[in-house]
Amino acid sequence: MISVEDFAQDAEKWFAEHTPRDPGFMLPLTFMEVGTDQQFEFLRNWQRQVYEAGFLGAAWPSEYGGGGLTDAHQSAATKVMRAHNVPIMMNTIGLSWAGPLILDIGSEAHKKKYIKGILSADDIWCQGFSEPENGSDLGNAQLSAVRDGDDYILNGSKIWTTHGHYGKYMILLARTNPDAPNKYAGLSFILTPMNVPGVRTQKIRKLTGEHGFTQTFFEDARVPADGLMGAEGMGWKIAMQTLEYERGARGGQAGGYSITEPDPLEILNLARESGQIDDPVVQDDLIDFIIEAQSLNLNGQRAKIGALVRDNPAGLPLMDKLAKTEFAREINQYALTLQGTRSAYYVDEPNAVDGGWWHRSYLNAFSATIGGGTSQIQRNIIGEHVLGLPKSY
Amino acid sequence: MSFDPQALGRLGLTEEQVELMDVAENFCRDQTSIAAVRDMIVDKSGLDRAAHKELGQMGWFGIAIPEAYGGVGLSLAEAVPVAEQIGRRLMMVPFIPATVAAQAILTGGTPSQKETYLPQIVEHGCASVALLEPDGSFDLTAIEASAILGADGYKLSGTKTLVENLDSAKILVLSAKIKGAVRLFVMDTRLIAETAMRPEILIDETKRAYTLTLDNITLPESALMDESKAAAALQRIDLAANLLASAEQLGAAQACIDYTVDYLKTRKQFGKLIGSYQALKHTIVDAYVGYEKARSLLYAAAHSFEEQGKGEIATRMAAVGAGRALSFAADRSIQFHGGFGFTYDCDAQLYRRRAIFHDSLFGNTRWHKKKLAALLFN
Ligand SMILES: Cc1cc2nc3c(=O)[nH]c(=O)nc-3n(C[C@H](O)[C@H](O)[C@H](O)COP(=O)(O)OP(=O)(O)OC[C@H]3O[C@@H](n4cnc5c(N)ncnc54)[C@H](O)[C@@H]3O)c2cc1C
Repeated sequence: MISVEDFAQDAEKWFAEHTPRDPGFMLPLTFMEVGTDQQFEFLRNWQRQVYEAGFLGAAWPSEYGGGGLTDAHQSAATKVMRAHNVPIMMNTIGLSWAGPLILDIGSEAHKKKYIKGILSADDIWCQGFSEPENGSDLGNAQLSAVRDGDDYILNGSKIWTTHGHYGKYMILLARTNPDAPNKYAGLSFILTPMNVPGVRTQKIRKLTGEHGFTQTFFEDARVPADGLMGAEGMGWKIAMQTLEYERGARGGQAGGYSITEPDPLEILNLARESGQIDDPVVQDDLIDFIIEAQSLNLNGQRAKIGALVRDNPAGLPLMDKLAKTEFAREINQYALTLQGTRSAYYVDEPNAVDGGWWHRSYLNAFSATIGGGTSQIQRNIIGEHVLGLPKSY
Repeated sequence: MSFDPQALGRLGLTEEQVELMDVAENFCRDQTSIAAVRDMIVDKSGLDRAAHKELGQMGWFGIAIPEAYGGVGLSLAEAVPVAEQIGRRLMMVPFIPATVAAQAILTGGTPSQKETYLPQIVEHGCASVALLEPDGSFDLTAIEASAILGADGYKLSGTKTLVENLDSAKILVLSAKIKGAVRLFVMDTRLIAETAMRPEILIDETKRAYTLTLDNITLPESALMDESKAAAALQRIDLAANLLASAEQLGAAQACIDYTVDYLKTRKQFGKLIGSYQALKHTIVDAYVGYEKARSLLYAAAHSFEEQGKGEIATRMAAVGAGRALSFAADRSIQFHGGFGFTYDCDAQLYRRRAIFHDSLFGNTRWHKKKLAALLFN
């Protein structure tokens, strides 16, 4: 097996040569931001190239299309990708949720069928958890799945489905038993094809004006029951398990990254280029951002040092999303205040600062403070699971 | 400037630090209690003599003093967990003043001063610093006190304030100007007349400090510290004091959050535990998140402390983080205890007062941010 060092060197060389520069349109910073077909095709193509070069799924088993190397190899490649600030890997639901889960508890047939397409981005995956009436209260999801021979018959609707209209497969949280003793026990987790009769997606326009997620309707849609993961009634547990892959708490993801974290350097550049870096009022604000960025960076380092988190091991991992996503929102919001009258502009206006990038980033920052469990829900989780406070409802 | 996280300090840990974390946690927990601290508030000297003696016996006043002077030979990074646990219990021992005085002597003392005083500090931990003055400035170089060399030594004049635990200190490091240049002296406190000391009334009743009138004090020539190292020693004092004060504050922040969370888990209103109300739950979570972030900054400051440039940046960042974390947690703690929060009996006031005290000694948030601006943007 190639050494990690050599692998990292190969990656360094490859990304130095192949990282695309300025495609002529704005590239999404997160997979949730993909808003146009142009962006989608570009990123899908890019993911395929990275995969074919061997730097995505490097640690996944080679018999299913992975690289057959180790997590250390993939981490090294991912690090190089970050260093080169390469475009994101867009098939995130496959790479970070469905893929690890299938490799963990899927059947041999599942692995053969799905893994390679996840890596090559031939098969786009989406996630059907949220419903119009059940978002934060995910455990109350009502989309019904009724067993009929070798199939499930699905009825109901999912919403805010990222990449829904590109999706070939969905990881679906459905209610197989409406009479279960509690709401969680009635849920099941099903790998669901999207291109079957009775499944229809409808694009939803985002606050940025772009499209990117959908409402997905299921009307007597018949899907193979062999997509069931685990057993009926285990849906909630499995959904929580996928969250752990996604957070990186469990390992097993394909690698790469799907969310670019804000680099405070950018805002310093903005302050400098706009001639405000010497303004003490601005410096006062910037120092707060630098301290915040540094504390988040150090939180990440400290989380890995057992002795420094022993009084509350769950604290840092559980606050990670809240702290990072709120920081990203705030720093982008602040950037607008450095633009004077030009902060009135938006993407495509020739006089917009950085082509309107900051405005779009600010609006898009809410995708992470709302999606994946809102900041308010994160605070509930930290309050209840770390501080031991009573539940609110 | 550019934002290179590596340039701002990084994390790491020594085995001794880990060991001291455990030992200090157990020791401080067993040695004292908030009830005992409250009893001692009315004590004039405000010194927990038993604990102080034990600290000396365990060698903790010498943690960052080289073995050649009888110390343990570790660094300030290992003093951080001790200060943290002392702060957590609001323990009334002058660990910070003694450690800071030793660092001043170590950096700016003459060889014979080091040999004389450092072993004594290791042994009894009775040392302090007299640097601040009545005008309220944080700037350690903007002082009025002066020293004039005469036939029998340096005749001092001026006034020092916020000299912590002066009544029990045996060794004092003080600053005064000689011909306009700031210099440091180290002296035996027996040279100070009782009448030259006035106990100050502090916001933090678990601390003790004095105003010291220098006018009738004459120091032997041997009290003058190495003149060429005065600036370096002042810088050392500033940063060491801030590092340890940050640790003390974060220890207190932890205790304050625990104390508040306990109340939120037991007090009921409208038929529900008040901790289930998100106006309280989410705010205390924010306090907790702030505390954990500040701890990351603190441990990075401890680890990077000796590195040129980086040490100062990391320490001032930690001071900002720690000051904010304790102030916010304690401020909300008062509010979240309702009417009880307004009472003297509620511990929230102890923590709030502690935060204000620390914000008053070696720089507050604004002061550190100003320094950071100079370090990062120029
Ligand atoms: C960009 C984006 C992409 C997404 N992609 C997907 C996807 O691919 N698949 C998918 O299944 N879902 C997706 N989501 C949905 C997302 O998970 C939900 O929007 C989210 O969980 C919130 O649910 P909701 O929209 O129903 O809001 P609600 O739950 O109705 O929340 C409304 C407000 O009430 C607050 N609130 C709710 N409950 C509580 C409580 N108990 N305590 C305090 N405050 C509370 C919330 O914080 C929020 O501010 C996406 C969302 C976004 C924004």
